Parts: sequence; C-alpha cells; structure tokens
Amino acid sequence: MTTMTIAKAINEGLRATLDNNPRTLLMGEDIGALGGVYRVTDGLLAEFGADRVVDTPLAESGIIGTAIGLALRGYLPVCEIQFDGFVFPGFNQITTQLAKMHARSNGNLTVPVVVRIPYGGGIGSIEHHSESPEALFAHTAGLRIITPSNAHDAYWMTRQAVECQDPVIVFEPKRRYWLKGEVDTQNPGASADPFKAHVLREGTDATVVAYGPLVPVALAAADAAAEDGHSIEVIDLRSISPIDFDTVTASAKKTGRLVVAHEAPTFGGIGGEIAARISERAFLSLEAPVIRVGGFHMPYPVAKVEEDYLPDIDRILEALDRALAY
Amino acid sequence: MGATHLPSTEFDETAADDQLEAEAEAQLGSPAEPMVQLLAPDGTLGTDPVFSAYADRLDGEKLRGFYADMAKIRRFDVEATALQRQGQLALWVPLTGQEAAQIGSGRASQPQDYIFPTYREHGVALTRNVDLAELLRQFRGVSNGGWNPKDTNFHLYTLVLAAQTPHAVGYAMGIQRDQKAAAAVAADGAQDRPAEPKAAVMVYFGDGASSEGDVHESMVFAASYNAPVVFFCQNNHWAISVPSSVQTRIPLSNRAKGYGFPGIRVDGNDAIAVHAVTEWALEHAREGKGPVLIEAFTYRVGAHTTADDPTKYRKSAEETLWRAKDPLDRLEKYLRAQGLADDAFFDQVKADGDELAAYVRKTTYDLETPDIRTAFANTYVEAHPLVAEELAWFEEYSAGFAETPEHNSAEPGSPDPDDAATGVAR
Repeated sequence: MTTMTIAKAINEGLRATLDNNPRTLLMGEDIGALGGVYRVTDGLLAEFGADRVVDTPLAESGIIGTAIGLALRGYLPVCEIQFDGFVFPGFNQITTQLAKMHARSNGNLTVPVVVRIPYGGGIGSIEHHSESPEALFAHTAGLRIITPSNAHDAYWMTRQAVECQDPVIVFEPKRRYWLKGEVDTQNPGASADPFKAHVLREGTDATVVAYGPLVPVALAAADAAAEDGHSIEVIDLRSISPIDFDTVTASAKKTGRLVVAHEAPTFGGIGGEIAARISERAFLSLEAPVIRVGGFHMPYPVAKVEEDYLPDIDRILEALDRALAY
Repeated sequence: MGATHLPSTEFDETAADDQLEAEAEAQLGSPAEPMVQLLAPDGTLGTDPVFSAYADRLDGEKLRGFYADMAKIRRFDVEATALQRQGQLALWVPLTGQEAAQIGSGRASQPQDYIFPTYREHGVALTRNVDLAELLRQFRGVSNGGWNPKDTNFHLYTLVLAAQTPHAVGYAMGIQRDQKAAAAVAADGAQDRPAEPKAAVMVYFGDGASSEGDVHESMVFAASYNAPVVFFCQNNHWAISVPSSVQTRIPLSNRAKGYGFPGIRVDGNDAIAVHAVTEWALEHAREGKGPVLIEAFTYRVGAHTTADDPTKYRKSAEETLWRAKDPLDRLEKYLRAQGLADDAFFDQVKADGDELAAYVRKTTYDLETPDIRTAFANTYVEAHPLVAEELAWFEEYSAGFAETPEHNSAEPGSPDPDDAATGVAR
C-alpha cells in the first residue's frame, strides 16, 4: 500500500502499462516534456521516449483518428484530451468511427483505444474547462465509460482500460486529482472489475448513487444525514457504460429510496437512465420516486457562481429529505 | 390548379460568360498548371523527366492488365447500377470515368501496403483482390462492411467523409514503429527471419472531402511525424452538385506545399501516369522520406450515386468534353497502335467482364440477410450486461411470435415461422 494522489495513481497506472506492453503508447497535447497540464504524464517521456509518449499537434480529431489507425495496426494508444470541453473536435471520430469499427467490420477489427478526459467543475476555471459530457458518450453503443473516484481505482482503472479490447473513455475527476488515497499496486482487490459498482457505505433508509467527483460529496452527505438519524447507503457507480444495475437495483430494493447525483445536467443525463431502469426493476420496492441531483439545463456557468450550479452536500440532503418524506 | 412544371433536364444557364470561363478552367484544368501526363487522350505516349523511368517498367502484359482491370470494373459498375435500378441494391456509387485513377494507383501498391478507401474505390478493391460481390453487401443492406480488411490490407469503405484519413496516418505511424523495432532486432543480430518488406499506407479521398478538417489534421500529423502515407485525392470535379471550384481555388496538389511535403497533380485518366506517380510516391513513403499528396485530375462521368441527378447542376457538354478524355479509349488506342493487343484480346476482356457481371448478379441474389443477433454479438468485443439483457429480451419477445406446432405446416410460400428464432451466427 502506498499513499498517493489520484493524478499520481493514474501516472503510475500509465507507467505500469507502458512497462508491461511495448504496444502501448500515450498521445496528447503537452503530455511530453510538460507532463500534461495536470502533470498526469509527468516523467513518462523521459522514461519511455518520444515514440511512446507522443506530443501531438493541437488537433483532437487527429489525435483520436490517428489512435484508431495505430490500434488497427495492433497498438494500444491512450489518448489524453486536455479538457472535457475540448473533446468535441474529436467527437466525430469517437462516435462515428471508434465506437462502430468493431460492429461495422462484423467483428473482424478491434480498436482498443483509451481516451482519458479530465472532467467536471469546481476548479474555478474559465469556459469549456469544467464540463461533464459523459451522457453524450454513454448514449453511443460500442464505447465503455468508467470514472474513478479514488486513487486505488484511478490506478487500476487506467490499467484495466488499456487491457480492455473495447474502446474505453476514462473520465477523470479533475478537481480530485490531488485527493490522496491508499493504492495497492499489487492487488486490485474489490476493484478487479472496472465495470462493477461499489457499495461504499451500507445503509437502510435511502441510497445515494454518485460517481467521479461527487462520490466524496455523497459520502459527506451520508455522514450529515446520519447525524439526523438517517441511515444512507452510498454507491460509487464507477462505470457509466455499462451501468451495474444489479448492484443499484439490490440497494434500491433494500432501502426503497434512491437519489442519483452527478455534476452533469439532469435532463437527458445518466440519472434519468438510472431512474427509468430502477423504476422498471424495483417499482414495487420503491417508497419514493427516484430523485436526481445534478446541474441545471444551461451552459456550465461562470466560475464565480459555479457553487450554485454544482451539487453539494446540502443539495443531496435536500433530495434525501424529499425522498424520505414520501 | 396552376400550370404543371416538369423538372428541367438541363440546369438553367444564368452565370455571366467570364465567370463560366473561369469555372471551366477550374473544372477542366489550365495549361498553366503543371500536370503529369504520359498517355495523351489520342493514345500517344509522351515523356516526363522523372516519371518516364517508372512508365518504362511497364511491359505489354502489365499494360494489358491495366486495360483489362479498367474494363472489368467499368462493366461491374454498369451491373451494380442495374442491380440498384432493379431494386436489388439500396444505393450504388458509380465510378465510371475514374478507372485509370483507381487501377493505376491500386496496381502501384504492394501486398504489404495498407489501403484506406472512401466509398467509391471499387477499382482499387479489384487491384487488392477483394471479391467484388463482397463490395455489394453494404449497398444491399446486409453488412456495414462486407470483407475482412486483414485478408487484403484493403480497409472497409468509410462513409463519413475524410474520417479515414487520420486512420491512415495512425496506421502509418504504427508501420514506422514496427520497422524501427524490427531494425533494432536486426541490429542485435537476433533476427533469424528475412526482414519484412517495407510498407506504406495509401488513403483515398475526393475533392469534396478535401475541405474536411480531418484531411488538414491528417496532413499536419503526417508531416510532423514523417509518416509513410500517400494521400491520393481523386479530384472528380463534383462533390454531388458542388463543383471543385467551391472546395479550392488552387490545384489541390498545391496544398501539400503548405504542409511541407511533395504534391503532384497527375492526369487521373492516364493509367500509365497515375501508376508511375503512385509508384514513385509509395517508394518515397516506404523509404522513410515522408508523405506525398497526389491529386488525380479526373471526372465523375456519371452521377454521384444512383440517387443523384447531374442534369440538375451541370451541363452535358462538360460530360462530353470529359468523355473525350476517356481512360479506356486512350489505352486501347495505345495498345493497338503498339501492337500490344488485338481484337481477340479486347473480345476476351469483354467476355470476362460479362462473366464477372453474371457472377456478381448471382452472388448478390444469394447474399444472406444476417440475423440481428450478429449485431448484438458485434457491438462489443467483451461481454456487456446491457447487450446481454436486451438480447435476452429480444429472444423472449421473438419466441412469442413462434407458431404452435399444429399451425407449423404453413401454406406454401409463407415464411418459415422459426426464422426469427434460429440461426445465431456466433
């Protein structure tokens, strides 16, 4: 066990991957000498050289598109998109090409490309640097989407994403990059399957499902609710596509109340998908409608008011109050 | 009811004369713009300081082969168009007029090269030994691909314009790394096998797609990393209804200069010149000298697709001008004049074309409609719980339509009721 930040854990995950498989390579803007704008790839250029840690031209479609070509040649590219809001020039390549290549080749071709995207707000940044576009990708069949909330998962999910034969997008909670945690680099333990949700805290009165940056917020909300005598179960979803509905359903059946929290706008979001599925699977066990906590239907607001936009402990507690009032 | 307006068969002429002249030059080429041409439309062979040496490598057999390929693919094009008209294909994308650009370039590639086509490269597919009936799967609606690219190093057609260009550069970057690794192994003396032949990538796109950002990004990447890739642009002058003058005001080949690699405009209706230029470019790329852009100046004589109507946007006089530059006619003239082919040869070519057409028609009729379960199976490589859940639902739902055994002796001609529940492909 080693204590490290999420950023360092991803760095170590990438290092292990580069060490283990000569076909792995990293691509992205400023990932070489600079080590990435978040220093996630710090030191890797010096260790593995420019053929494997590739500073690319400033062109996201080109990054994803050339990664697809490298994958067709048998390489395992890991692309870094610098910020969530800058993935869209590469959106076409991800959704029309990367996601569909295996299907349209009747299974003959595989394109195991990994796309790492720092996402979410709470860092006081300027426009396009704080977004949560995961639902846009989750809607696209052929992609897998995972998001770590702690350092141990960050390390293992990075490695597992590269090992997966399908394209994987890893949404990295950028405001948690400096969150420290224990990492066991020898044994994934409960994190052996990146597509499985984790029950982080057991409870009996209601369940909160969160992922990525909001997991610590959900845990803090559960602590606060406990002071009021409410026993809250907290699930870290971990995988956004596929979603581990078995774990969520079992919890919803147990507690009868479900709150889903994410930074992305609620409309058309992952919370809506979970609400719909759980309504079908656990209808007779539910004591209250599934309640979503998320961003508003607006472009991500300016930094000075982002605290009014982002779900926080109180917003989750308010939703729990509504659920418990039924 | 107002007067009935029948659609016109020729678009209305409204532009001023000088504008038309400028556009005609853009469409037909200007003598001031250099273009590599060896075989003139009248069938005479000219010379070029660089590329004649490449043309000299072609013997009679190879030239006859070019002609046979071009005739074959033109016959195939006619058959596929007919199949679409008869309702056997949803759509067809004709290539007539572009045979020399495709056969000349495709025949310059080697088996170890990897080709990324757009969706009109039936001629290139022929040179890569793709079963032409396989090409029709996509257009019959039974596959989104149709062949296994690993068999021929000929990638699937890509319908999102220019999206394949960065794939080509990435693939070329992979070749670069493979060759570097192989060289390192060889330098260690550990190599007990003969070295793999050097490879390059060739990617096709058109004048329309040249405006897509992916072409630009690809050329930037290719130049930055000196990737072994040949960009082969077939300027067929029309992006559906929009003339190439809307895509570019300079010869497309000139754009290469901006990226820092060679660009060559070649007469795309001259199979000998196209072959020579492409052979040079692929050798250039294979030798590690970096990317090349080839602009094959040609013309889409037919419609963009079978859903298109060129009489709405271009003059038939323009088509007539280009028919006079026909790639097959000029090679036939040359072969006959040089005594390299006689009537018997051309009769045989025609017979072979008809045989191919019959084969393609028969195979098209026989193409099996896939089971949707294959789509469930091929969405992901690894097991996926949502796909499994939806498939399970589909099976249960489908089973609800199965008829009871006593009704199973259905009337003649009715579909087999078990069809929906059988035939899981994988």
